[in-house]
Amino acid sequence: MNGLHGLAWLLVFQSVGELLARGLHLPLPGPVIGMILLMGGLRWRVVREPVAICAGFLLSHLSLLFVPVGVGVMTHLSLVSQYGLRMLAVLVLSTLAGLGVTALTLYGLRERPGAATSATSAGSGQPPKDGAPDA
Amino acid sequence: MPDFVQLWIYLSATPLFGLTATLVVYLAAQAAYKRSGYASWANPVLLSVLTLACTLLATGVSYPTYFAGAQFIHFLLGPAVVALGWPLWLRRAELRQRWGRLLVAALAGGGVASASALALGWLLGLPHEVILSLAPKSVTAPVAMGIAEQIGGIPALAAVFAAMTGLIGALGAKYLFALLRIPDDADGWAAKGFALGTAAHGIGAASAMQANADAGAYAGLALGLQVVLASLLLPLAFRVF
Repeated sequence: MNGLHGLAWLLVFQSVGELLARGLHLPLPGPVIGMILLMGGLRWRVVREPVAICAGFLLSHLSLLFVPVGVGVMTHLSLVSQYGLRMLAVLVLSTLAGLGVTALTLYGLRERPGAATSATSAGSGQPPKDGAPDA
Repeated sequence: MPDFVQLWIYLSATPLFGLTATLVVYLAAQAAYKRSGYASWANPVLLSVLTLACTLLATGVSYPTYFAGAQFIHFLLGPAVVALGWPLWLRRAELRQRWGRLLVAALAGGGVASASALALGWLLGLPHEVILSLAPKSVTAPVAMGIAEQIGGIPALAAVFAAMTGLIGALGAKYLFALLRIPDDADGWAAKGFALGTAAHGIGAASAMQANADAGAYAGLALGLQVVLASLLLPLAFRVF
């Protein structure tokens, strides 16, 4: 039952986001505005508890949600047969470049144990020091 | 026998078919993924898409007919984007503490992914609207479609590019990270997860969650951040250039 409440909240936030996006001509898509609003709304328990259940469920099956669009490849078979290899090359190279740059940047900016304070893990532990600005 | 044909014609035309086929095929693909010991080639999205596309082509059911049913699953992408606020909120302390470096990494990675796709597409002589559809490829599919529409690309193609980008990221990340010697410690997992969420959105995040809980959390955070950054900055970048 709580899961259903959670879905209702998500839809309400999405709808408000959609209304704001269209009404105020904001440059962000409705669901994205909904997401930002939700982060504000999560401070209240009536929102937080049901949303936690529903969000956990939705996000753990996130990859299923891409299947219908993915099957849409079949409607672009002519483009695929004409440019398929080139499109694949672009996608593979740019994705690996994006992955590599992100991982190396974040890993390069990590708190080093040798530096000023003993930095704990980036995982669940909270480092004692306030986050220093980046180099 | 003709009864069976009649029945098939009836069933394949109802929304029930697309919805049922998507769920059943996906669950079977997930079982196969588990059976393979989570081998990256057995990615459940890849298996499901291939199986469904081949089934539709073999049986002559059109994509719009299939989508009439599958749209109920597709629709959930909207609430799922809203739901991304949840992992962001859970990690709000870290976000506040490390927002600088996370923002730098997200901008660098997302920027490189988009810019390299545009440059390579142009170098290889792809048609203009195809190149524009490549720009938002590292953002989750529903948002990618919206951005593509805004900048003059083809939304359906952008969704396919986004789905393929996610798959490529999920398939290749393990090897790339090994090559770059990013270790399996807390900082390493955070970097890997964040990279998967940034460059390979939901599908990458799903594979990060599979690998390590911390990596999964960072992937969710990166995914949400990338959605905001890309939908703000990409249309702006195209208006300026």
